[in-house]
Amino acid sequence: MKDMISPKRSAKAKSLKKVQFHYCSGCGHGIIHRIVAEIIDEMGLRENTIAIAPVGCSVIAYEYFNFDVTEAAHGRPPAVATGIKRIHPDKLVFTYQGDGDLAAIGTSEIIHAANRGERITTVFVNNAVYGMTNGQMAPTTLLGQRTETTPLGRDALREGYPLKIMEMLAVLPGVQFLARSTVHTPQEILKTKKLIKRAFDVQLHGHGFSMVEVLSMCPTCWGMTPLEALDFVRNRMIPFYPLGIIKEPDKNENGQYGKEQPKK
Amino acid sequence: MEKNNQKNNIDERVIIAGFGGQGVMLMGKILAQAGMLAGLNVTWIPKYGAEVRGGTAHCMVRISHKPIASPLVEFPTAIIVLNKPSLVKFENKVRPQGTVIVNSSLIDEKVTRDDVKVYYVPCTLLANQLGDVKGSNMVALGALVASWGFLNIDVVKEALKHMLPAYRHKYIPLNQKALDEGAHAITNA
Amino acid sequence: MKVLTNGNEAIAEAAVQAGCRFYAGYPITPQNEIPGYFARRMPEVKGTFIQSESEIAAINMVFGAAVAGARCMTSSSGPGISLKQEGISYIAACQLPVVIVNMMRGGPGLGDVSPAQSDYFQATKGGGHGDYHMIVFAPEDVQEAYTLTFNAFNYADYYRNPVMILGDGILGQMMEPIEQVNPSFELPLPEKDYILDGCRGREARSMMSLFLREGELERHNAILQEKYKRIQEELCLVEMVDVDQSDVVIVAYGTVARICNTVMREASNEGIKVGLIRPITLWPFPAKQIYDKVKNNAKVLVVEMSAGQMLEDVKLALNGKANIDFLGRMGGGIPLVVDILKKVVSMKGDS
Repeated sequence: MKDMISPKRSAKAKSLKKVQFHYCSGCGHGIIHRIVAEIIDEMGLRENTIAIAPVGCSVIAYEYFNFDVTEAAHGRPPAVATGIKRIHPDKLVFTYQGDGDLAAIGTSEIIHAANRGERITTVFVNNAVYGMTNGQMAPTTLLGQRTETTPLGRDALREGYPLKIMEMLAVLPGVQFLARSTVHTPQEILKTKKLIKRAFDVQLHGHGFSMVEVLSMCPTCWGMTPLEALDFVRNRMIPFYPLGIIKEPDKNENGQYGKEQPKK
Repeated sequence: MEKNNQKNNIDERVIIAGFGGQGVMLMGKILAQAGMLAGLNVTWIPKYGAEVRGGTAHCMVRISHKPIASPLVEFPTAIIVLNKPSLVKFENKVRPQGTVIVNSSLIDEKVTRDDVKVYYVPCTLLANQLGDVKGSNMVALGALVASWGFLNIDVVKEALKHMLPAYRHKYIPLNQKALDEGAHAITNA
Repeated sequence: MKVLTNGNEAIAEAAVQAGCRFYAGYPITPQNEIPGYFARRMPEVKGTFIQSESEIAAINMVFGAAVAGARCMTSSSGPGISLKQEGISYIAACQLPVVIVNMMRGGPGLGDVSPAQSDYFQATKGGGHGDYHMIVFAPEDVQEAYTLTFNAFNYADYYRNPVMILGDGILGQMMEPIEQVNPSFELPLPEKDYILDGCRGREARSMMSLFLREGELERHNAILQEKYKRIQEELCLVEMVDVDQSDVVIVAYGTVARICNTVMREASNEGIKVGLIRPITLWPFPAKQIYDKVKNNAKVLVVEMSAGQMLEDVKLALNGKANIDFLGRMGGGIPLVVDILKKVVSMKGDS
């Protein structure tokens, strides 16, 4: 499979190692890795960052990120992040999770970490399918979408409805910042970068949990060309998963977020 | 105090039993604490029924001048029974010449064996007269300690302070009176 | 000065004394005094206590705390320990120093809250997926629970390996007087050169148990097995009493060994000499010490609160050298002195 980003280009961000991504053509992970790395460079936090990788296609994120990264068991990054952040409260601690990891097997961990108001950030990559295991239904798979385990298309009567995790988390008082974005156009990539940067900023200066859901492409498991995959995000995913900021904290005159949450 | 000198042949195995909520566990803990304060080896183990609250419960206490091997009490040298099911359950386990303290306010049966020392103490009634029915467990404990003689009742009163959490220390005077009341019931009998 | 305390609280205080500053756990009887104690005690020492949403979250929180470099602990009983197995496998694979307490209760399934020893296989043979071992300590009284827990943190750091304190409901809830004296630890603790605390002034680190390249995972396993071999050579702890001159040798651990102590005394009153072998480390199992000590054709009785789990290790250790009999109670049943005594008498009479 062809690499999305050449080693030369990825080397631009110091927070990325000088190695090639293994992701498929048209996959969003390379883009999202890269913008996360650029943000950490821009914030000057490379030496103060600890990331938690999921189980899924991005399981080997530690091969690419040039800062401290630990893996976690499937779905458990928010629990692992809780342990790390409580020991190192001054570090930037974020989890990078896919839709299976976060919204299926790890639903309990994400909800309770968010509800405790853990001062961590989650980058949630939603491509509506299980990539690593060859394209089974994800909790976020759209109605009618065909996958290996929904060969006739997802049917609400059989498989239930796609899960809108962000809207569920929005009601929790421990959650300070929630936004949904996509990476299917250059403009949207730039917007995503701004939102993840804000989420990190809320972690460092706020008192609660922050998370950005990034709608992403999986042409391989969707059975599409990379270009068709961009259209799928635009025409199918965005109408069901609306973009924008879902929850944000007030910023006071000192540039600090929020005031209701007791500090940990 | 002179009876404290006989600590070189003490090996008491006690079962304290009653309904959950009667303070059975606390009695055992206070007894163990008192034994420790008196310089003896002690163990305490709880045993709950199906439910922690309201079911039958008992605890096992060992007090010995020698190091204690098994903390379990299979055949007690003394039992305190605060309700009828407990009497039925443990009466026949008591070793010959052992001691049985019966809360006669709640148990109208008599012990059928004639090879054990039995003391019928109206614990609930006596505690009520002191002003709080919750002190009935301490009446029973005071009775057992007085029937033995090797533990000074003052040591038990001291142990009470160690075992009650600070927010319950206001109940210490009442409980100490209850211990005395139980001891008197034996010595005056 | 002696204090009267129960096994669960003694374990929690020993952890605090050993520098444990992170605890995560989920309530389950008969170990609730442990999280209860940490909830009160951790704020006093500026540590972290978290009542997690599940056992799975708890074990992964301590995974995170250990990766971050803290001394950390979680505790549970049978059903909860089963849930933790996934995390324990990851912790063993990543060679993280974590202390895990299992106050065993009757099983399988939800079972009951009575004491049991039926998680022996789970504790000593792996429990989760993959080839790995935890170091397993089995204290017999509250004092030893304190001492072993304190040093469990040292051994965890020394070997970079998870350590389990394997007790039962009796040990957890029994109160006994103990001296809170911290034991010494002579071995030099290695520098924690694996922890993730931000890559200031060094190369970025990663912590993982995923090895996809050709031969990499087998090499990783070989490293683990070498470590396990070293632990087996260095750390077998066992107590042996009157084994040489005995008519019957009892092998038992934890609370059951204490019961068998009483059996020894009562048997000697009847003119029967009973010896006792009490493994203190269940993994590594003191197989060599047991083999060397037990005479050919000796009469050996294994007593457990299970259907016979340590029994298998005793059989392997003795390798046909002795006649092995078994007495076990299951599902929360406790072996009684009278029953063990009866068995000992009948074994002696068989000669």
